[in-house]
Amino acid sequence: MKDTDIKRLLYTHSLCIFSIILSIFIPSFFLENFSILETHLTWLCICSVFVTAVNLVLYLVVKPNASSKRSSLSFKVTRFVKCCVYFLMSCFTFHVIFVLYGAPLIELVLETFLFAVTLSTFTTVPCLCLLGPNIKAWLRVFSRNGVTSVWENSLQITTISSFVGAWLGAFPIPLDWERPWQVWPISCTLGATFGYVAGLFISPLWIYWNRKQLTYKNN
Amino acid sequence: MTGSVPGFIDVVMNLNSPALLEDNVITQAKAAGKRIISYGDETWVKLFPKHFVEYDGTTSFFVSDYTEVDENVTRHLDKVLKRGDWDVLILHYLGLDHIGHVSGPSSPLIGRKLSEMDGVLMKIHTALLSEERETLLPSLLVLCGDHGMSETGGHGASSTEEVSTPLLLVSSAFERKPGDIRHPKHVQQTDLAATLAIGLGLPIPKNSVGHLLFPAIEGKPMREQLRFLHLNTVQLTKLLQENVPSYEKEPGFEQFKISERLHGNWIRLYLEENNSEVLFNLGTKVRRQYLDALKTLSLSLSRQVAQYDVYSMVVGTVVVLEVLTLLLLSIPQALSSKAELEVPLLSPVFSLLFYLTFLVLSAVHVIVCTSTESSCYLCSLSWLTAGGVMVLVSALLCAVVSALTKVLVRGKLLSKNAAHSNSRWSELDLLILLGTLGHVLSLGASSFIEEEHQTWYFLVSTLCLALCHDIYRNYLPGDDCEPQRCLHVEGGFDGATPALQDKNTSSAVLELNRGCKSPSSLGTLRGYEKWMVLASPWVILTCCRLLRSLNQTGVQWAHRPDLGHWLTSSDHKAALSVLAALSLAVIFALIQRRCSPASKVAMALGLLGVYCYRAAIGNVLFPWQQDNKDISKGILEARFVYVFVLGILFTGTKDLLKSQVVAAGFTVKTVGLWELYSGFVLLAALLLRPHNLPVLVLSLLIQTLMAKFVWKPLRHDVAKVTVMHYWFGQAFFYFQGNSNNIATVDISAGFVGLDTYVEIPAIFLTAFATYAGPVLWASHLVSFLSSEASSSSALSHAGFCYALIGSFPVSAYIILVTSLRYHLFIWSVFSPKLLYEGMHLLITAAVCVFFTAMDQTNTKS
Repeated sequence: MKDTDIKRLLYTHSLCIFSIILSIFIPSFFLENFSILETHLTWLCICSVFVTAVNLVLYLVVKPNASSKRSSLSFKVTRFVKCCVYFLMSCFTFHVIFVLYGAPLIELVLETFLFAVTLSTFTTVPCLCLLGPNIKAWLRVFSRNGVTSVWENSLQITTISSFVGAWLGAFPIPLDWERPWQVWPISCTLGATFGYVAGLFISPLWIYWNRKQLTYKNN
Repeated sequence: MTGSVPGFIDVVMNLNSPALLEDNVITQAKAAGKRIISYGDETWVKLFPKHFVEYDGTTSFFVSDYTEVDENVTRHLDKVLKRGDWDVLILHYLGLDHIGHVSGPSSPLIGRKLSEMDGVLMKIHTALLSEERETLLPSLLVLCGDHGMSETGGHGASSTEEVSTPLLLVSSAFERKPGDIRHPKHVQQTDLAATLAIGLGLPIPKNSVGHLLFPAIEGKPMREQLRFLHLNTVQLTKLLQENVPSYEKEPGFEQFKISERLHGNWIRLYLEENNSEVLFNLGTKVRRQYLDALKTLSLSLSRQVAQYDVYSMVVGTVVVLEVLTLLLLSIPQALSSKAELEVPLLSPVFSLLFYLTFLVLSAVHVIVCTSTESSCYLCSLSWLTAGGVMVLVSALLCAVVSALTKVLVRGKLLSKNAAHSNSRWSELDLLILLGTLGHVLSLGASSFIEEEHQTWYFLVSTLCLALCHDIYRNYLPGDDCEPQRCLHVEGGFDGATPALQDKNTSSAVLELNRGCKSPSSLGTLRGYEKWMVLASPWVILTCCRLLRSLNQTGVQWAHRPDLGHWLTSSDHKAALSVLAALSLAVIFALIQRRCSPASKVAMALGLLGVYCYRAAIGNVLFPWQQDNKDISKGILEARFVYVFVLGILFTGTKDLLKSQVVAAGFTVKTVGLWELYSGFVLLAALLLRPHNLPVLVLSLLIQTLMAKFVWKPLRHDVAKVTVMHYWFGQAFFYFQGNSNNIATVDISAGFVGLDTYVEIPAIFLTAFATYAGPVLWASHLVSFLSSEASSSSALSHAGFCYALIGSFPVSAYIILVTSLRYHLFIWSVFSPKLLYEGMHLLITAAVCVFFTAMDQTNTKS
C-alpha cells in the first residue's frame, strides 16, 4: 500500500515539476520577447495557471482521498466556490504579510500581488485539492504529528519548502550586485519556485528513506 | 594640512584632538618665521599649540548655536585686516556646519548664513586688494569647506555629497582674461597642502601625497614653474622610497627620472640662452612630463594601504576568541539550575601548561618586538603591561582547556547514560539559532553591513510570524501526539540547514527550563484576552511596518521619501506638534500603570517639560503660539526635565536598595526596577528628535503587548525572552534612524540642556540617545523578568544569554575584519561598523553588570 502510494506520489510530483519547466519554455513559442526576468509578470501568471491546472487534473485523476460521502452537484458547486474564496483570501493574506515584511505599500502593487498569487498556487492550491476547504483539516496537517497519509506528509514538505524558498529569496535583495533578478519580487518568486520544486523532489525521497519510521494513524 | 590620507581610526582620535605632530604646512610656516593668526574652531588651537601669535578659539561641539560661533570670528576681522602685521590668517566659520547638523541642508537658515559669508568674503578680498597696492607681493585667499553635507545634514561618511567640497583660490597673481570661463575641476583635498607650501615658499610637508595644483602657478615664468614641479616630484619620490620597497619599478619613479633628465637639458638650453620658441616648446614638454609623473606618484602613494599592526591584532583576536570559547563551553553549567559560572583557573593540573604557555608567549613577544621595525602597539607598552597581557592570554587558554576537558568528560558520561535526544526543537528555537547564525554570516558582506537594518527588520518580522504560529498552535486544540513524529514539521527546515547538527552545544540554551513549561496554557484565558493574544503578533507586525517607514536608513534606499523627512520639513510643523503631543500622552498612559504615585506625577511633569523644551528650541509649536517666536537653546526646560529624570532614577534606586537591606519584599523591587526603566524612557523622550517619539511609543506598546499577551501566556523560557529582547532592541536601534555609518549619529543630543561643551555628559548623552533602543529593551527585560519569572536564577540566566548573544557577533566580526583588512570598503563600511560594535559591546557590558547587580540583590533578599 505504502510503496504504491510513494510511487504515485513520485509520478504526480514529476508531473508538477514538468509543468513548471513547460511554463518556462512553451510561452516563448507563442509570445515574442518572452523571458523570465524581463516579462516576469507574464511568466508568473502562466506558471500559476499551469501549476493550478496540473494540480486540479491530478486531483481529479488520482483522487488521493476518494471518500466523499455526498457527491451531489450543489455540494460540489459550493465546495468549488468555497475553494475559490479560500484561494483569494490566501492571496490577500500573503499580500498583507509581504507588505508587513517591508514590500512597498503603494508602488509595485501588481508585482506584490502576483507574487502572492504564485505563492498561493504553490501552497494553498495543493492544500485545497487534497484537503478541501476545511480549516480543521489544514490545522491538523500543519500542527505536529497530525499527518495521516503519505500525501499529507508530502503536502507539508512542499508547502514548507515553498515558504522557506520565498523567505530565502529575500536575502539577495540588499546586495549591491545590481543584477536584474535582485529587483523585488523576482528573487522571492524564483526562491519560492525553487523551494517548491525542491519540495516536490525531496518529499518522495524523504518519505521513501523514512518509510520504516513513519506510521500513520489510519494505515 | 599634512597632505596625507587619513586612516579611519582618526575619526575617534579627532573627537578629542591632541596636538598634530606630523609634518604640516602650519608648522613649516611657523618654522619659517611667519606670523599666523587663527580665529574660529578651537580644534585649530589644539592641533597647533603655540603656533599662532594670536587666536580666539570657539568650541565647535555646541552645535545648536549658529550665530555666536561666527560672530566670534567676524568681530576680529576689521581690526586684523587693518593691522596687516601677519602672514597667514586662518578663519574657521562653524555656523553652516551647525545649521546642517541641527536642521539639515534644506533649512531656511542656510541661505541667510551663506549671504553672511559672502559679505565676509567681500570684506577680506577688498582689504587684501588695498593692501597689495602697498606691498609688492600678491596675496592668496583660499576658501574651502572641510567637508560636505549629507541629505540629513550630517557628515563623516563617504557619499559624494559629503566628501566633495568647493575650493576657491583668489589671488591677483593669477592671470585670467575677461571672458575666460573655466569650468571647475575636481582636485584632491591632499593637493591643497602641497600648493599652499609652494605658494608660501615653504618645504612641502614630508608625508604629503598630493600634487601641486598646476593652475595656481600657471602665471609664473617657465623656469619657476619647472622648479616648483621639481620640488614636488622630489618630495613625492622620497616618500615613495620610504614606503615602497621596490620603488624603482614604480611607473611614477621612471617618469620622474625621465623628467629630471629633460629638465636638466632644458636648464642647459636656458643658460645657453637659446631662442625662446625652442625653449618654450621644450619647457612645455618637460612640464607635461612632470605633471604626469606627479599624477602617477600621487596616485600610487594614495593607494598605499595602511600599515597594520598584525601582531597586536592577533593577540587581541586571540583574547576575544578565548573569552568567547569559554562562554560557549560554559553554557551547560551556566544554564543549569544552579546557574554558576565557575572559571577553573587554579586547577593544579593545568598550572604547568599555564607556565609553559606564558614562557612561550613571552619568548614570542621578545622575538617579535626586537625583529620588527614598524611601530607596534604591544611593543610600545611597558614590559609589565605586556607581561600582564601574556598572563591573561595564557590563563584564558588554560581555562578553555580545562572547561573543554570537563565538557568532554561529561559528554562521555552522558552518552553512556542515555542517548536521550535533543530533538525537541520548536520552530522558534530553530529560528532564533538560524537568525543569530545568519546575522553573523551576513556581517561578511559589505552590502549587508550597509543594509543591516533590513536584516533585523526581516528577522523581527519572521519572529512575529513564528510567534503567531506558536500562539495559534497552542490556542487551537490539536491532538496530543506520539513523540517519534515530532521532528516532522521541521523536515523542510532540516533539509535546508545541514550544518545544524554540529551546533548542539547551543541547544542547551534553548532546552532551558523546558521542564516547567506546562502544556495547556491558553485554555484558561477569557474571551477578550484570547482575542488579544491572537491579534497581538499582527499588531506588532503592523507597528514594525509603520516604524520602518518612519526613517529610511542604510545606503541603497536612504534617498526614498520617508515619514521622518515629511514631519521635519518646516511646512508640517503643526502635524509634528500634534504627533509629539500625542506620543508623549501615550507614553505617559503606558508607563504610569506600575509607577508609585510620586513618580507618576514626576513623569507627567517631565513629559510636559519635554514638550516645552521642543517648543523652546523651535521644533514644535504650542497652539497659542505664532510661528515667529525667536528660538532659544531651551536650557531651562531641558534642565527641568533632567531634574525629574534624576528624581525618578533616584526613587527607583532607593526602592531597590530598600528591598535589599530591609528585605521589604518583592513588590518594592519590582516597582523600583520599573521606575528605573521609566526614568530611562523619560530621558530618551527628551533626547530623541521629536519625529522619533513614535518609535518610543511603539516600543513601549510592543513591550506591553509582548509581556502581557505573548510571553506570559505562552510561558516562554528565559533564554528565548532574552533573545527576543535583544532582537527587538537591535531593530529599534535602526528604527530610530541609525545606521552603520558615522554620519547618522545625532550629536545634537549631547548638547540638550548644556550651555557649553562639557565632554563627559555630552558623550554619555549622545551614546544614550544613539543606543536608546537596545538600552530600553534591556532594562525592560530586567524589570519584566524580575516581576514575572518564577525561578530565582532567571536574571542570571538572562544576563548570561545576553552576554553570549551580544558577544557572538562582535567576536565573529573582529575575526572577519582582521581577515578582510585589505578589502576595498574597509574604511568606508567595515570600520564604522567596528566602532558601532565596540560601543554596543560597552553597552552590553554595562547591561550585564546591571543584570549581575540585580541578581545579587535577588539572592540576598
